[in-house]
Amino acid sequence: MKAIDLSVNFAGVTLKNPVVTVSGTCGFGEEYAPFYKPSELGAIAVKGMTLAPRLGNPPPRIAETPAGILNSIGLQNPGVDAFVENELPRLKAEGACVIANISGSTIADYCKVAEILSETDVDFIEMNISCPNVKEGGVAFGTNAKTVNEITSEVKKHTNKPLIVKLSPNVTDITEMARAAEAGGANALSLINTLLGMRIDLKTRRPILHNNVGGLSGPAVFPVAVRMVWQVRNAVSLPLLGMGGIASAEDAIEMLIAGADAIGVGTAMFANPNLPMEIADGIAKYMEANSIEHVADISATVQPW
Amino acid sequence: MNYKDNGKVLQNRRIIDGAQLYDMLIECPEIAHNAEPGQIVHIACGEGTTLRRPISICETAGDCVRLCYEVRGKGTKWMAERREGDTVSLLGALGHGFTPRDGKVLLVGGGIGIYPLLSIGKTCQNAKALFGFRNVSLINSLELFENNGIETSVITDDGSSGRKGFVTELLRDELTAGGVSQVYVCGPKPMMAVVAKLCAGFGVDCQVSMEERMGCGVGACLACVCKTMFRDNEGAEGEKYKRVCVDGPVFDAKEIIWE
Ligand SMILES: Cc1cc2nc3c(=O)[nH]c(=O)nc-3n(C[C@H](O)[C@H](O)[C@H](O)COP(=O)(O)OP(=O)(O)OC[C@H]3O[C@@H](n4cnc5c(N)ncnc54)[C@H](O)[C@@H]3O)c2cc1C
Ligand SMILES: Cc1cc2nc3c(=O)[nH]c(=O)nc-3n(C[C@H](O)[C@H](O)[C@H](O)COP(=O)(O)O)c2cc1C
Ligand code: FES
Repeated sequence: MKAIDLSVNFAGVTLKNPVVTVSGTCGFGEEYAPFYKPSELGAIAVKGMTLAPRLGNPPPRIAETPAGILNSIGLQNPGVDAFVENELPRLKAEGACVIANISGSTIADYCKVAEILSETDVDFIEMNISCPNVKEGGVAFGTNAKTVNEITSEVKKHTNKPLIVKLSPNVTDITEMARAAEAGGANALSLINTLLGMRIDLKTRRPILHNNVGGLSGPAVFPVAVRMVWQVRNAVSLPLLGMGGIASAEDAIEMLIAGADAIGVGTAMFANPNLPMEIADGIAKYMEANSIEHVADISATVQPW
Repeated sequence: MNYKDNGKVLQNRRIIDGAQLYDMLIECPEIAHNAEPGQIVHIACGEGTTLRRPISICETAGDCVRLCYEVRGKGTKWMAERREGDTVSLLGALGHGFTPRDGKVLLVGGGIGIYPLLSIGKTCQNAKALFGFRNVSLINSLELFENNGIETSVITDDGSSGRKGFVTELLRDELTAGGVSQVYVCGPKPMMAVVAKLCAGFGVDCQVSMEERMGCGVGACLACVCKTMFRDNEGAEGEKYKRVCVDGPVFDAKEIIWE
């Protein structure tokens, strides 16, 4: 058999392997440096950024749940200009493939941020229209098909970068949003963002999160993510970055089989910072054991009943 | 530097009968040799937990770290059930710790907040400890400090041992007497806020060890923040959430915005 090839072509860009660390869980790539270099990943999706710096929500911002966590960070970030000036040059110098995750309160904001990033050497723009933790914008754009179509086509006009639209699971029919993004000109989709949830302290009767509600992620959401990736795979022909609860190489392979072209890891990395590289190794071993040459030959191979 | 280490439990003993307090000694050379006073480890607490648990390093001894902790919920209960020879996964040593100072320094601790003060107390030449406990039955571990030549002064909420009142009263007396170059404090937030204010009033530097719920422990997720004041290059003041896991847990008290 020929040597296995872990690389994938994702919306025209070659990723050296299918493993991406997802937005909001890996900062700007420096924090996990003792465990893996951003350049060893297929790509790194950096913390969601906005036009102006954002303070974020008051703490507590995190709560543990059965097999998962809730977070309500509230898009704390230094603003797109600070990212371009202070973080991006380092990431590119290291040779990382960079997915710039963006948010805004108006469509005009999204367009402006996309425009600024288009002048840089980020590899992708990932449009977060699914953040449950900010009052204005965020998920509001991601739960109505007409708005998804509109914001996608507007942002497309302002950028020449491959545009990934990140879908919210907090909708009745995710395929409707996927089709709207595709029609709007998206080059790829990523899914899923977090599911809205809540925990309450019995003693104080106060929600654990200061924001009262927050986004659920981690193994608890994995089956939901697999289902949604499968549904979306059958609805559109765009490349898919599948994420949500992946905690092992087996989970990652399952996500690929469901229909993902590349996979994202986030929450599970908090417990095991070596996880992204362990997953890349695990996928390679699986390919070897099953005589599979290309990752693309795993993608969307589910045999539904 | 952050290391992931599989530590070996050498000892895990109940400290006192009256409370679920434990003293755990873990062999983890990489972490032990690199730890600074006030830093923390992030511990994986087995099946059923998604997140690691942050615990302060009480002290290091050779290849070992000592952790003193109270059972609060699932994770710390799992820790209490570890036996000699068991393996635990640690990330550490994390964060920005206490900065040593010359001259007379005070360690101000309340309840389980006393343990994180041991290392810095040992590092400084002239440290005195002022500790507050709820009642006499909860007083413990003073010998850890006294065996290292650190004089301890204790006050209890109900007067069941030593003076009756709060540790801030002991601190006020010391600050009034003068000659203090630095205060280190760890304990409940309201207590630390009062200590910070007292120190500011006396013009004495104060370093606080903050606590917040954590995710990654390495600065990546922005979960563990506390509100701080900062001055930009032009000198304008603003508010900023800083990360307890890397920018802290120890902060200059003047930076913290207490709410
Ligand atoms: C910087 C720092 C240093 C600490 N040092 C010590 C120490 O030396 N000794 C000690 O006994 N305790 C210490 N704590 C508190 C300790 O982390 C919590 O008691 C512990 O996480 C509770 O976990 P649990 O699973 O037992 O409780 P659960 O309530 O079941 O935990 C659920 C979730 O909430 C988090 N959580 C609950 N209470 C706290 C808390 N007070 N602070 C932070 N997270 C919390 C847990 O980490 C977990 O993610 C420290 C906390 C921080 C932030
Ligand atoms: C702490 C935290 C912060 C996040 N911040 C962002 C963000 O800024 N932008 C975004 O698009 N998604 C954000 N997410 C969502 C993740 O990128 C991802 O979609 C989700 O967590 C599911 O993957 P996981 O279960 O592997 O974590 C965040 C998730 C977490 C846990
Ligand atoms: S716990 Fe993730 S930034 Fe501190």
